[in-house]
Amino acid sequence: MEVLLPLPVALPLAGAALSILLVRSSTVQRLISLLTLVGLLVAAVALLVVVDRDGTQVVQAGGWAAPAGISLVADRLSALLLVVSAAVLLAVLVYAIGQGVADGGRGVPIAIFHPCYLVLAAGIALAFLTGDLFNLFVAFEVFLVASYVLLTLNGGPAQVRAGMTYVVVSLLASVLFVTVVGLVYAATGTVNMADAAVRLQDVPDGVRVALGLTMLVVFGIKAALFPLFSWLPDSYPTAPSPVTAVFAGLLTKVGVYAVIRTQTLLFPGEETIAAVLLVIAALTMVVGILGAIVQDDVKRVLSFTIVSHIGYMLLGLGLYSVAGLAGAVLYTVHHIVVQTTLFLVAGLMERREGTSSMLRSGGLQHVAPLLAVLYLLPALSLAGIPPLSGFVAKIGLFQAGLADGGGLAVGAVVAGTATSLLTLYAVGRVWVEVFWGEVAEVVADADLEDTVDVGVARTPRLMTGATIAAVVGMLAITVVAGPLYGLAERAAEDLADPSSYTGAVLGTEAAS
Amino acid sequence: MSGNLTLALLIGVLYTVGTYLLLQRTLTRIVIGLALLGHGANLLLLQAGGRAGQVPFVGPEGASLETTADPLPQAMVLTAIVITFGVSAFLLALAYRSWVLTQEDEVQDDVEDRRVFTLRRDEEARRAEDAGRRDQDDDEGEA
Repeated sequence: MEVLLPLPVALPLAGAALSILLVRSSTVQRLISLLTLVGLLVAAVALLVVVDRDGTQVVQAGGWAAPAGISLVADRLSALLLVVSAAVLLAVLVYAIGQGVADGGRGVPIAIFHPCYLVLAAGIALAFLTGDLFNLFVAFEVFLVASYVLLTLNGGPAQVRAGMTYVVVSLLASVLFVTVVGLVYAATGTVNMADAAVRLQDVPDGVRVALGLTMLVVFGIKAALFPLFSWLPDSYPTAPSPVTAVFAGLLTKVGVYAVIRTQTLLFPGEETIAAVLLVIAALTMVVGILGAIVQDDVKRVLSFTIVSHIGYMLLGLGLYSVAGLAGAVLYTVHHIVVQTTLFLVAGLMERREGTSSMLRSGGLQHVAPLLAVLYLLPALSLAGIPPLSGFVAKIGLFQAGLADGGGLAVGAVVAGTATSLLTLYAVGRVWVEVFWGEVAEVVADADLEDTVDVGVARTPRLMTGATIAAVVGMLAITVVAGPLYGLAERAAEDLADPSSYTGAVLGTEAAS
Repeated sequence: MSGNLTLALLIGVLYTVGTYLLLQRTLTRIVIGLALLGHGANLLLLQAGGRAGQVPFVGPEGASLETTADPLPQAMVLTAIVITFGVSAFLLALAYRSWVLTQEDEVQDDVEDRRVFTLRRDEEARRAEDAGRRDQDDDEGEA
């Protein structure tokens, strides 16, 4: 039982170390990555089963008791997100191997992809599992540094330009993170989240709200919330498709997870922050989708929809009710899968057309009917068309918002509805431009780095297979929506009651 | 716990200078600005542990809260310094790569900027053309 908690972090790190040692053989590297991520998925599923049965699990690293040592904590939310992340990481790895980026491709001297990818997985897992604020900072740095390398893998002009923005913005967020950790330590004398949650109750209101809002800014940059999102649509589309897919699905969601965790645990029910969250949620949704509908590049459209749909998760959090939080959890799970799938499909489209520009594509449904189906399903799910998973998640959120009844909550729900319709317009535009119409002549982009064979009918089976698996996974969310919503609701109950978390970590539960 | 005014002022100066440099257009200045900001944040973290300059463990006089400094922020700062160092090195390499590729030490405009610029240039060109044609029409009318 105890070994399950550190495993999702230790396994990928060990895999990454092995992968660097065996850099000469790409076959061995591929095997290591695959086995590691399968192991990660198994461990995550086991952890979820255990956590859902027995409640929050805690391991004190090094045997130091809670406030002094670093705690690893798995509650239902972190275990659920860990399972989804592991599944997505695995699917994208298979896709990447199929595409050939993983093996160095052109101009990459050694196969650096695999070690970085595994470090990224370890960082994400640690961010979900850690119960310590400073350790959370370390986790963020671990996956951020891996993401810097993955984003600039090819070292071309576009990647360096986008990578510069990405690295500078992320580094600034990290500096702010250190600042807020220092401030929390000055105010409470602890960085253990459970301990800080207890001690923050004695801190004056003004200081507490200031800390909460600073933390919202720190994680808001990573989660790409409304005024802090402009780095995202600029940097994500330049990376190779599998890298963008995994960034789009997971990295912003880690930010969202951190927002949910810190706001529910450290600053529960803070009126000011709740109001700020609802306003930001509405603005993020609307501004993001307005950005999406004017783009003429498929990857940029999708990047803006990431920003836009982060707003839904915030909406659920801003309501601070069990139903709202359950909706937010379910929406996060749905969005990780859907957004990753869409970027995988965009990668297939780019390979087929030689470009991700909508203006130079057309008639793809005649050439590649399977691809059309693969695009349409997640796109409709993103827009929230019933009975797909997006609809299930949205209806939960909207009901929670209307049940709340406050002016801000209802306003945010209205913004959410408008955003759904505009999302339908945005993905519909891609459909019309790329899949309908005359078959366009294939002209490869001048600096298309990640495609080796452009505009050929032969797409590697692994790539298509991984995308199909992702679409099936998305459909599976719809099928098991009932039990999943039950799980999300139990996770939300844990979140709404911080004492279950603090009790498990500090061991007060056992004493009482 | 009492703070140290000199350190507090220094932290303020580091944050100010760092932020100012971060807003510049030259990549080198941005890198230096981020490094200064990092130092400021690290000092702040250290300052959060109380008065500096004492042994972080049990001193020769025996254990006493007055004679020992809080070791936890020191440990955290060490970690943070290492991370800042690593990322700064990466950032420098990236800035150098950017210089190699473009021969310029400047932040490049992003895609959206360039699109807006192109649209505006086309718009202005069209206006100038329209104005020119109107002048021509006027001239013909007079003749």
